[in-house]
Amino acid sequence: MAGARAWLLDPSPATSFQASAGRAWRMFTTLMRNPLAVTGLIIVLGLVFTAAFAPQIAPESPIGQDLGARLLPPSEAHWMGTDELGRDIFSRVVWGSRITLLIVALVAVISAPVGLIVGAVSGYFGGWTDKLLMGITDVFLSMPKLILALAFVAALGPGIRNAIIAIAITSWPAYARIARAETLTFRHAEYIDAVRIQGASSARIILRHLLPLCTSSMIVRVTLDMAGIILTAAGLGFLGLGAQPPLPEWGAMISRGRAFILDQWWVATMPGFAIILVSLGFCFLGDGLRDVLDPKAGGRE
Amino acid sequence: MTAPLLELANLRIAFPTPHGPAEVVKGVSFTLGRERLGIVGESGSGKSLTGRAILRLIRPPGRVSAERMVFDGIDLAVLPERAMRNLRGARISMVMQDPKFSLNPVMSVGDQIAEALRAHETLPRRDLRARVVEMLGQVQINDPERVARLYPHQVSGGMGQRVMIAMMLIPQPDLLIADEPTSALDVSVQAQVLDLIDGLVRKNSMGLILISHDLDLVARYCDRILVMSAGRVVEECAAGGLAGATHPYTRGLIAAVPRMIEDRDELPVLDRAAWNGT
Amino acid sequence: MKALALENVDIAYAGTRVVHDVNIEVAEGESFALVGESGSGKSTVLKAVAGLAPEWTGSIDVLGQPRAHGTGRAFARTCQMVFQDPYGSLHPRKTVNAALVEPLAVHGLGNRDARVADTLQAVGLDERFRFRFPHQLSGGQRQRVAIARALMLEPKIMLLDEPTSALDVSVQAEILNLLKRLRREQGLTYLMVTHNLPVVAFLCDRLAVMKAGRIVEVAPARTLRTGGFAHPYSRELYAASGGAHAVEQPRPVELT
Repeated sequence: MAGARAWLLDPSPATSFQASAGRAWRMFTTLMRNPLAVTGLIIVLGLVFTAAFAPQIAPESPIGQDLGARLLPPSEAHWMGTDELGRDIFSRVVWGSRITLLIVALVAVISAPVGLIVGAVSGYFGGWTDKLLMGITDVFLSMPKLILALAFVAALGPGIRNAIIAIAITSWPAYARIARAETLTFRHAEYIDAVRIQGASSARIILRHLLPLCTSSMIVRVTLDMAGIILTAAGLGFLGLGAQPPLPEWGAMISRGRAFILDQWWVATMPGFAIILVSLGFCFLGDGLRDVLDPKAGGRE
Repeated sequence: MTAPLLELANLRIAFPTPHGPAEVVKGVSFTLGRERLGIVGESGSGKSLTGRAILRLIRPPGRVSAERMVFDGIDLAVLPERAMRNLRGARISMVMQDPKFSLNPVMSVGDQIAEALRAHETLPRRDLRARVVEMLGQVQINDPERVARLYPHQVSGGMGQRVMIAMMLIPQPDLLIADEPTSALDVSVQAQVLDLIDGLVRKNSMGLILISHDLDLVARYCDRILVMSAGRVVEECAAGGLAGATHPYTRGLIAAVPRMIEDRDELPVLDRAAWNGT
Repeated sequence: MKALALENVDIAYAGTRVVHDVNIEVAEGESFALVGESGSGKSTVLKAVAGLAPEWTGSIDVLGQPRAHGTGRAFARTCQMVFQDPYGSLHPRKTVNAALVEPLAVHGLGNRDARVADTLQAVGLDERFRFRFPHQLSGGQRQRVAIARALMLEPKIMLLDEPTSALDVSVQAEILNLLKRLRREQGLTYLMVTHNLPVVAFLCDRLAVMKAGRIVEVAPARTLRTGGFAHPYSRELYAASGGAHAVEQPRPVELT
């Protein structure tokens, strides 16, 4: 163990792999010094774990109805009570974590790279390319997320897949703006000039030299955005436009529980807690990552 | 024998690092009368920090300690912050390297100089303005009324540095600390600015601490020279006595600079291992 | 054949002309300095030769071939550049090895491991530094890496933009020695921009003095020994750089 640590912290790495691993390790240990970031990381890892092992963790099936056990309060048998169809809410929340994770991951995977490339190309070339791309970006930016998502699913039909696409379409413009701002900062750096003099093509410069510089702020922004994505998905679910029944999507569960909120508060509140917890987790983690990754905030590379 | 203007004994400055506190100034001592002292060193030698420590500008987490830090009979180490503020500018002033960064970009030049004066004296506005214009004239700026209305980005580097000097000398301090005052300036302007500082220091019988990495410059404008390396003073001598410098670091530094009449095929390189630690 | 020939070159920046009517010839293997203060246009001339300042008119010939206005792959094998600020000239996310392999990758050259190792050795850095990131290197080490990077494509001409002005005195001496040795060993041609006349005395054969975008005088480096410049501005610059001291009396710190 001590040997591995010494290997990672070696001031003279012998291979590229050792150098990158050492750098990642240093960032990780810095992150671990921040208690809120650690909390966030634990929550996020908890989400992933829960989603991965949902069949093992959930005591009952999320869709098995038991009309004899409707609307039971939280108890030993049902940790979060049962809903209007007798389904164990805890199991549904656990299985719902898969849906939440799926939405968040896919939106990030689709919108962040698109935004990154659009922003970097726009920032690097400037001129008409910039004006055109930023014009398109602005059009999307100016639409309220939920309304656009609503319109999209209304046009294409409700369902998780369309919800994901709708949210992704509204998310990428923000990333494009960030990537463009970062690219503008770095575009005239001497190390970029050096690569130009070596004869590298613009594509190579953007992909291999400018994009790596934008990833820090991108990672932070995406992590912080995850909370918003979860809430938007929950909002769509609440409106009945996201995951369709009987899928245990947290937003849809809240919507269903609205009718019983006064007497059987747990039906709506439990999934609500889950959303709050996961959103908070991403926010803490994102803040912690920003302190570690953003050199301007004093974090070391 | 007049009392010294500044006495510094065993000044130590430490900063915390992930590996424990690191001492960056390790026991610097000197006394200064109303004379010109030069502190020479490379980056990391601790020379700038020493200057800042005298003005108590080093904030936590940096830690400053000294056996003796006395300015004109006043013990700087135990002085409360409010009293120290009254001293700064009024009795001890500092000129910094780059006017681009040390002048406030959103205030006009005249306003900034007036600000420096207003901090220590209360004067009616008309008198304030007259003093500002007079001071700008003293730093050899032509058309001082017009320049007083300009903003820092509208003046050249050399003029910006003169403004900085005006700002720092208008309260008529006793001690001026100049930290690389000409490093950011063109060669032709450097001599002018240094002559200006020299003239004003002589005229007002001030003490001057000139901090620089340039040995020649310091030899030309100072009476005494301290050479610092890695937080310690390695050599102390009169300006004319550099030829007789004994410490290998000083000799190495002198030899390593290329000369106008250069016959050497290779410049002698400092063998850091040889003197480090002694 | 001249290594570099600039004829009637005017350079503009965002529409405004900043350099006027520059005529320079640099022979192969020669070390030529462009000297001047800030705003003289000396760095702009260098950038134009490098292809980073494409708004110019006139003719620039490199090794007999007329030069295009921008950067390009063919030109990269002839001419490379070392920048002034060691803290800004290396990509912060790339190891030394990655920075040195990059030009080879761009040109599809093989035998990368050996080439990188050889070049590192040529600039005096050993294997210890190969996989470090720039923030783990000192200013002098970074500048060595920058020089190594410029040498990877084996150019014949090196453009040096104040390569030592951001370095400490002791480090400057090492880098100057390195540059002198490399030129001798590899037969390089240098076009160097500097404001420091003693560096010119050490490293260069000829110099051109620039002021406000124009060349006011071209003289051999030995003129620095006597101060016998023709143009009054050159003489001013010489005096301000301590030239008068050097010539009229021996330096007070002359050590044997």
